[in-house]
Amino acid sequence: MNHLVVIPIVLPLAMGALMLLFDERRHALKAALSSLSVLLLLATAIALLRAADGEPVRVYPLGDWPAPFGIVLVADRLSALMVLLAAVLALAALAFSLARWHRAGPRFHALLQFLLMGLNGAFLTGDLFNLFVFFELLLAASYALTLHGSGTARVRASLHYIAINLTASLLFLIGAALIYGVAGTLNMADLAVRIPGIPGSERVLLEAGAAILGVAFLVKAGMWPLGFWLPTTYAAASAPAAALFAILSKVGVYAVLRLWLLFFVDGTGGELLLYGGMVTLAFGLTGVLASQGLARLAGYSLLVSSGTLLAVIGTGDTAATAAALYYLVASTLGVGALYLLIELVERAREPGADILAVTAAAFLGADEEPAPEEEVGVAIPASMALLGLSFACCALLLAGLPPLPAFVAKLALLGALLAPDPVPPAAWALLALLSLSGLAAIIAMGRAGVRIFWATQRSVPRVRVIEMAPVAVLLGLCFALTVAAAPAMRYLQDTAQALHAPRAYIEGVLEK
Amino acid sequence: MELVLALAIGVLTGSGVWLLLRPRSFQVIIGLSLLSYAVNLFIFVMGWVRGGVAPIVEAGKVVDPSRFADPLPQALVLTAIVISFAMTALLLVVLLAARGLTGTDHVDGREPDE
Repeated sequence: MNHLVVIPIVLPLAMGALMLLFDERRHALKAALSSLSVLLLLATAIALLRAADGEPVRVYPLGDWPAPFGIVLVADRLSALMVLLAAVLALAALAFSLARWHRAGPRFHALLQFLLMGLNGAFLTGDLFNLFVFFELLLAASYALTLHGSGTARVRASLHYIAINLTASLLFLIGAALIYGVAGTLNMADLAVRIPGIPGSERVLLEAGAAILGVAFLVKAGMWPLGFWLPTTYAAASAPAAALFAILSKVGVYAVLRLWLLFFVDGTGGELLLYGGMVTLAFGLTGVLASQGLARLAGYSLLVSSGTLLAVIGTGDTAATAAALYYLVASTLGVGALYLLIELVERAREPGADILAVTAAAFLGADEEPAPEEEVGVAIPASMALLGLSFACCALLLAGLPPLPAFVAKLALLGALLAPDPVPPAAWALLALLSLSGLAAIIAMGRAGVRIFWATQRSVPRVRVIEMAPVAVLLGLCFALTVAAAPAMRYLQDTAQALHAPRAYIEGVLEK
Repeated sequence: MELVLALAIGVLTGSGVWLLLRPRSFQVIIGLSLLSYAVNLFIFVMGWVRGGVAPIVEAGKVVDPSRFADPLPQALVLTAIVISFAMTALLLVVLLAARGLTGTDHVDGREPDE
């Protein structure tokens, strides 16, 4: 049996548990263990991706009980891609944190490992209740990571974050219970087989269950009106944690994509995703224009990307889904890099320099940073130029301009949306919103960039190589994604086709 | 039996939602606890309510499934109880930290009239 599929879950669990045994004085050891674990994860994820490209559905029965009676892990193209994305972001965030953040509070590395375990589990599981358990695991780790570094703003934001996500988890349970009550199984592939045969009277109950389940996912994805918590919470979190959280909202999108296409092949509820996504997009772009702090701007950019993804997925078109997946990868890497960059850029500024005095009291607590002791390290020469260049790259990425991959994604999206004849009015509206969101991003980022890099005389921030490198690597990956757009799109088109015609997935899991 | 359970779930959910929407953090945490009890009962009921039957099937015999309780919801409830218990404990700690740092038990960390 091939144990590759279970490694992304077992490895961070074991490493995280091991790290709990050492106290905070051993932070060098913990950092080494954590880096080792994430590097191994990255290697595993690449192996998984290559394997998934050759053999589309790889099933791992836990405890060797066959599906649908036992719980299975399933690695297909989409899961492998998401696991790889999580590993890349984790590596960047971890490298960034090694400069100073990992010592700003206890148990950073263990929490990072548990978050990775939850993420990988959620991506790989083939069972609805297991999905709930992994969601809870990653949320529990994310609650603690939000609090990392402490401070009033973080505690206040995470109180809201925890309360909202606990409520969402309860909705998840209600939805899962309703689906189990009607269909009698929790295995995703088995559900996909049974759902078309459910009679009309019970189907209503099942659809209600699926809708409640959907609400739980959409809270995580930050769909309007369920996403008001997102910008505040992510802005309050420490930079490496916020960079990792860039993929948390994509977990919600992943779950919607996976389950909706598996359960409702006929596209029930697609309009809801389409219009909900469009409203989210509109809300996000307004927020991008209106936000006065960079961290909030990044949060609203996440909402924009969630809205784009949900709306495009809602069109139910295979080519559009492939483009959406490409956009998902690009925007996750870009927003992750932006969150890391913000901390570097803001470092030399007075706290709240770009916030109007009136609103400062509303958003800023008194003491934000625990002010870790100044590191003695080599400051990079011309760090301002590097920071400015990276910032410009992030702006281009968020706005979807060439030569960054968001441009390729938007081009592919436009192509997919304009393909049907006649083009439906909703597609035109989505097109308009997409273009507007790019414009809003370039205006907001341009405004912030001018204010930060050109308008004020200021001291040069002390930036260490290990802090700059993750940003550069993330942005470099984005460039690589543009250069290698053809093979990437080929992989993602295969992914989208497998998602829209889940026969191979179902047969793979149930071994028919 | 069904009526009692349905009423219990309804009352718990109603009280839970009302408390969840209250402005004090302690009310929110009690509301979330009540809601989680309601959800646990709900999962349990989804396996159909049958009195006096065991969820254990004898090995090697063909059995009539209507004479046995469904063991899966019970396992799910057990997991859900453990998770919601842990999460509530975590929320309680954050609540206490927020109370200490902000000096108020309002969920927004400041009194609305200030």
